[in-house]
Amino acid sequence: MKQDVVVDLSDLPMNGSGTASLTWWGTVAFMLIEGTGFALMISVYLYLGSLAPAWPIEAPPPEWGPGTGVTLLLLASLVPNVLLSRWAAARDLRKVRAGLLIMAVFGTAPLVLRVWEFMALDVSWDSNAYGSAVWMLLGLHTTHILTDLLETYVLAALMFTRHADNPRRFGDVQDGAMYWNFVVLTWLPIYACLYGIPRL
Amino acid sequence: MSARIQDDQRDTDLADAPLDAALRRVWDTPRGVWGALATVDHKVIGRRYIATAFVFLAFGGVLALLMRWQLARPESRVLTPDLYNQIFTVHGTSMMFLFAVPVMEAMAVYLVPLMVGTRNIAFPRLNAFSYWMYLVGGILLWGAFLVDMGPDIGWFAYVPLAGPQYGAGKRVDIWAQMITFTEISALAVAVEIVVTVLKQRAPGMSLDRIPLFVWAMLVTSFIIIMAMPAVMVASTALILDRLVGTHFFNPAEGGDVLLWQHLFWFFGHPEVYIIFLPAVGMISSILPTFVRRPIFGYLPLVLAMVSVGILSFGLWVHHMFTTGLPRLGESFFTASSMAIALPSGIQIFCWLATIWYGRPVYRTPFLFILAFFFTFIMGGMTGVMVASVPLDTQLHDSYFVVAHFHYVLVGGAVFPLLGGVYYWFPKFTGRMMSERVGKWVAGLLFAAFNFTFFPMHVLGLLGMPRRVYTYQLDMGWGGLNLFVSLSAVVLAAGFLLFFYDAVRSARHGEPAGDNPWGAATLEWATASPPPSYNFARLPVVRSANPLWEDDGVLPVAGGLRVDRRELLVTTVGGALPEARESSPRPTIWPLWSALATTALLLGSILTPWAVVWGAVPVTIALIGWFWPGGRKEEES
Repeated sequence: MKQDVVVDLSDLPMNGSGTASLTWWGTVAFMLIEGTGFALMISVYLYLGSLAPAWPIEAPPPEWGPGTGVTLLLLASLVPNVLLSRWAAARDLRKVRAGLLIMAVFGTAPLVLRVWEFMALDVSWDSNAYGSAVWMLLGLHTTHILTDLLETYVLAALMFTRHADNPRRFGDVQDGAMYWNFVVLTWLPIYACLYGIPRL
Repeated sequence: MSARIQDDQRDTDLADAPLDAALRRVWDTPRGVWGALATVDHKVIGRRYIATAFVFLAFGGVLALLMRWQLARPESRVLTPDLYNQIFTVHGTSMMFLFAVPVMEAMAVYLVPLMVGTRNIAFPRLNAFSYWMYLVGGILLWGAFLVDMGPDIGWFAYVPLAGPQYGAGKRVDIWAQMITFTEISALAVAVEIVVTVLKQRAPGMSLDRIPLFVWAMLVTSFIIIMAMPAVMVASTALILDRLVGTHFFNPAEGGDVLLWQHLFWFFGHPEVYIIFLPAVGMISSILPTFVRRPIFGYLPLVLAMVSVGILSFGLWVHHMFTTGLPRLGESFFTASSMAIALPSGIQIFCWLATIWYGRPVYRTPFLFILAFFFTFIMGGMTGVMVASVPLDTQLHDSYFVVAHFHYVLVGGAVFPLLGGVYYWFPKFTGRMMSERVGKWVAGLLFAAFNFTFFPMHVLGLLGMPRRVYTYQLDMGWGGLNLFVSLSAVVLAAGFLLFFYDAVRSARHGEPAGDNPWGAATLEWATASPPPSYNFARLPVVRSANPLWEDDGVLPVAGGLRVDRRELLVTTVGGALPEARESSPRPTIWPLWSALATTALLLGSILTPWAVVWGAVPVTIALIGWFWPGGRKEEES
């Protein structure tokens, strides 16, 4: 077909940031998938709970301590996470490096405490359906902490290489920070479910 | 001839030939084995996806013929009961998870980037990864079947039959992991399509100018994103019950068997629309070409697809009417099941009006649309029938249901798909399929389909249960079953003729040219088959039917770089240019990632520890995938 040039794109930026970035939208789409997964797992928990004559089944409610510790750590991590995202938006490499190292620590700490949280459930996954539901719910969320933490480690390492000073990398850091917010915020309804429902 | 390409060379000053040479240098997939394994071209992957899906359709068809051979006579002993169970399970599983969903997504992988006027799909490496995952999932199911380890629990794998107590051995685990493979690939493609449609449309392609097939795929992708996690949660819980002794579905320990059905059908009913909506989109995109006028009721058609998408999540319980749920709940789901007939009806009337006001040209793709009308409306009407609880209680698990869903799925999805293949084949290959053979294919498939499946309604009313291995002589079902089986052979002959035509035409068909049908949408604005870069300059869109309204001159945009893979990101609503974004080069890492994920998932059938040690190679492969390579695509 004959062509007629009617629009000139020469002056556009060479990559999109924020909502002009494809990976931003990809991250949002994956959050939608995983958010649906969390919602379904909570539904499974509530469904099984609604059928059981007593809930939890033959187990005490989970102990508050470790789970609340994890919650506080996760909530505290939002502060450096939001700062990290701002530094990345400002493309301040020095601060972003520091922020990623801080976030690596803030990601690792709740993961370690999670081990005690599993033990504080006071029930095994193969004891009964209650045990299965709480282990799967907690397990699903732990996988999210773990995968995001690995991503933070890799990004932190990447930001100390020659690839670091690139708007594209700062976009990656912002997307990573957004995903961590998602991991923290989805924890809150799960926390309410695991620790609140058995005490109702 | 070809000028030296410098850094930051733009397309603006290049004539057509040097521009083509420059774009080929950066966009062409390298030849040879490495290129074949590393390609990220959506057209190469789309073609592979489509071809693979049709191979699984043929395999599933062979199983259908074996079932019809067994059922042709009363008290037949052609197959053993155990093999029969595997066959109907692998048939259903193949058709749903390895054919119907993937083939629709595959058409979109090929067509959506062309129809929205961009150079590659969003996340091309994820696209490559999704194909490998899908291929492995299919090989897993069929490999297991060939060594007598095929699942034998029906395509929806109800517990307790599929649970640890009754489903001994590894057959069910194969089914459940096949689900994981195909759902990962389906979700990946859904994300790619959503982002491609929202962010990579040609400048000017505002929401009201998006081709209807693209709208359909956008809605479908959102349904996939919201529905498929349910089956992944379900199959994961099933694997855990079987492998590490959880009790999700074990009533003795507080679990519940109906939980499986809720989770499965919360996915399974939207699944029907995941298959049907793309077909609807194909019809809306093909029809205007063959009646020579724009579609009637663009806005109602889009709204109908969106409302079907939403309503599809409120129907799942109608698969569970005989499980003794509360009456009020059943009434609600009866109402919603009937409500979805409204948007479906709106679409039918919009198409009828389009034909009414147009000048129909009776070419093969249009014939398939006519076949669709009759068949799908039949299936829709029996659907309204089984939406009623008392009637469903009578007909549940009978051949009436088998007839109903084949009318909906074959009539509603396969006929439009075949019409779509005839329509877009010239774009895929540069050659036309045979019009003469095509008319035979359409006629044969339409007649044989109805002869095969219509009598099943009657068999169901006579009380023949689905999935039954054989039946006694004095049931009186012998005559109709023999008729059905003979018709099935004719149906298979129709498909054989279709495959023959496709293979022959790919080599010897008449050369097609860019736009053989005189169609209006952007995929016809480039060569057939399109070059690796799709469009030498990205088209600019000024109406919903761009090629009909610009008098043979394509308005385009200039200013993109030709020394790296570059495409355009536009705004969600108005498709205003936002950024020039790069698109990745071929890479082998998606294949390694798929192989590493395969090791993890297959290992986990045998031991839960595979998830732990299997995570190591997966992590390494993903790091290799995401680590920047320092090419020009990295510049920003």
